[in-house]
Amino acid sequence: MSKRGIPFGVLAEFENPADLMDAAAAVRRAGYRQFDTYSPFPIHGMDDAMGLKPSKLGWIVLIHGILGLIGGIALQVWSMDIAYPVHISGKPYLNFPAFVPVTFAIIILLSAFGVFMGMFFLNNLPRLHNPLFHSDRIAKATDDGFLLCIEATDPVFSEERTTLFLKEIGATFTETIPLEAPDKSPGTETGTVK
Amino acid sequence: MSQTISDVPDDRLVKGNHDFASITKLITDIPQERTPTWWYIAFGISNILLAMMLGMVIWLIWQGTGVWGLNSTVGWAWDITNFVWWVGIGHAGTLISAILFLFRQGWRTAINRFAEAMTIFAVMCAGLYPAIHVGRIWAIYWIFPLPNSMQLWPNFNSPLLWDVFAVATYLIVSTLFWYVGLVPDLATMRDKVKGKISRLVYGVFALGWTGANRHWQNYEKAYMILAGLATPLVLSVHTIVSFDFAVSIIPGWHTTIFPPYFVAGAIFSGFAMVLSLMIISRKLYGLEDIMTIDHIEKMNIIILVTGMMVGFAYGMEFFIAWYGGVEYEKFAFINRALGPYAWAYWIMITCNVVSPQFFWVKKFRRNIVLTFILSIVINIGMWFERFVIVVTSLAQDFLPSSWTYFSPTYVDVLTYVGTFGLFFTFFLLFLRFLPMVAIAEIKGVMPQANPAYYRQNKR
Repeated sequence: MSKRGIPFGVLAEFENPADLMDAAAAVRRAGYRQFDTYSPFPIHGMDDAMGLKPSKLGWIVLIHGILGLIGGIALQVWSMDIAYPVHISGKPYLNFPAFVPVTFAIIILLSAFGVFMGMFFLNNLPRLHNPLFHSDRIAKATDDGFLLCIEATDPVFSEERTTLFLKEIGATFTETIPLEAPDKSPGTETGTVK
Repeated sequence: MSQTISDVPDDRLVKGNHDFASITKLITDIPQERTPTWWYIAFGISNILLAMMLGMVIWLIWQGTGVWGLNSTVGWAWDITNFVWWVGIGHAGTLISAILFLFRQGWRTAINRFAEAMTIFAVMCAGLYPAIHVGRIWAIYWIFPLPNSMQLWPNFNSPLLWDVFAVATYLIVSTLFWYVGLVPDLATMRDKVKGKISRLVYGVFALGWTGANRHWQNYEKAYMILAGLATPLVLSVHTIVSFDFAVSIIPGWHTTIFPPYFVAGAIFSGFAMVLSLMIISRKLYGLEDIMTIDHIEKMNIIILVTGMMVGFAYGMEFFIAWYGGVEYEKFAFINRALGPYAWAYWIMITCNVVSPQFFWVKKFRRNIVLTFILSIVINIGMWFERFVIVVTSLAQDFLPSSWTYFSPTYVDVLTYVGTFGLFFTFFLLFLRFLPMVAIAEIKGVMPQANPAYYRQNKR
């Protein structure tokens, strides 16, 4: 398969979460940076093993929340006091205590949008095509597989040596994933388990 | 390392001898197997009820709100009762998914997907009532601050408008939370289903999820922030629903105890509803290993706690009515317990205060049949609570000459029954086509998910 063209990366499977975490630490120590681990659930401690920086999502949400706060107050002050002030049972036009519930709801609403879109934005999802799905094995990552893929864009990457290295650190299975889709024969479409 | 202290193991959350693959199979097989006959029967009945509800709503819009039993004294009755009841039911889902998540209660994973689905559909049912109660539904968009040729804006001083924002936000945030939780499981479905079309559909909604750790990192953060947002939101929604009453000056409504009292009642009835649905589904789908008797017991404890809070609130209302010394307030509460609606009041007390007391006994908490019966009884009781609050306060207020007795018409009754059709139509579709247990999350709380499990066993 490796002769078919440029590789996307080398995929390796490990037996359990502990082995995968040790492997991720070893891969990182070996100088690789363009790699990722794939598991059916988040593994506690994996971020440190892979040396990931904390997620930036909180900042995105904070910005959305502040926009909600400003927008919510602005909407109510503008419509109740500036655009069309209506005298309602002796209440002041700028009735800030009464503006709290709606402002709060708008803050939560915009923050939730920030979380939702920010998370998928940071993850580069939705994504129409991912060479990872050229492998049939990757489907195990949503079931009971613990996989690690070192991508070819990594400067330290070399197909043979990386494969050998992954076997050395305890991979039970390795495979080179091609960048271009392999020839489609019936029943072996991308991203499926036969 | 010396082993002088041995760990006291927690009760296992997943019973039976399961590994990751068997959990995946257990849950992903449900949407893949042949549609069971009971499902068609239940779906058919739900559809008939839904059609009936639509008919009643059309009739209401055609004729006007006079087809309900409302009159100029009792302007709010079954519609608002049903609205508050359904919103309250929804709150248990968010409590399970958000608040129990923040408290790191691992047992929530078995029921959160299920309960969140219930939330969304319950809020949809709830939202129907205020919308059709406005009378001229073709002008319903006036409740939103949209620029219009009259240059008029909604009144932000009104609790009814706060309600619009709170409930709309609640529905949207609950749906986003539910969907974020679903994405990894939709990816599991995509990788498991055989059919080409089903794989495509699950694949589209899974958004290309691979289970990459760089994604899980942002995902977990997102989940935590959403839980942090949903927690104050769920408390605020029912608080604002209670403001609909508490901010007015009607005796029996104008009390500061309403927000906490409404929130406790909402959780109380919502947990009862989750139990009713869960006890049936776990049996039908053979999920006893995941939704265990321990879960039922824990939920019964929450029902007991919130039931006691509700009972305390009932007592406190009477105390404050007496201690406050306002004649109208005193009358409103004596009238509730002894007046023309005393039958409804005592149904409420029996169902909400007396019936949960069974759960002091461990044997009763772990009894499935009793739990099921009580969960239904509690929901009946909570419906009556809202009925008592809404109708008794209005029917006999300040001016005796305008006192009246509210009776529902067939349109009131059939619309209410019909919303069960709406609810169960969606709920059955959910059971049929989506993974009804959060697969990724349930794997995460199994001991095998923790790397330390392997290191200990190696030693």
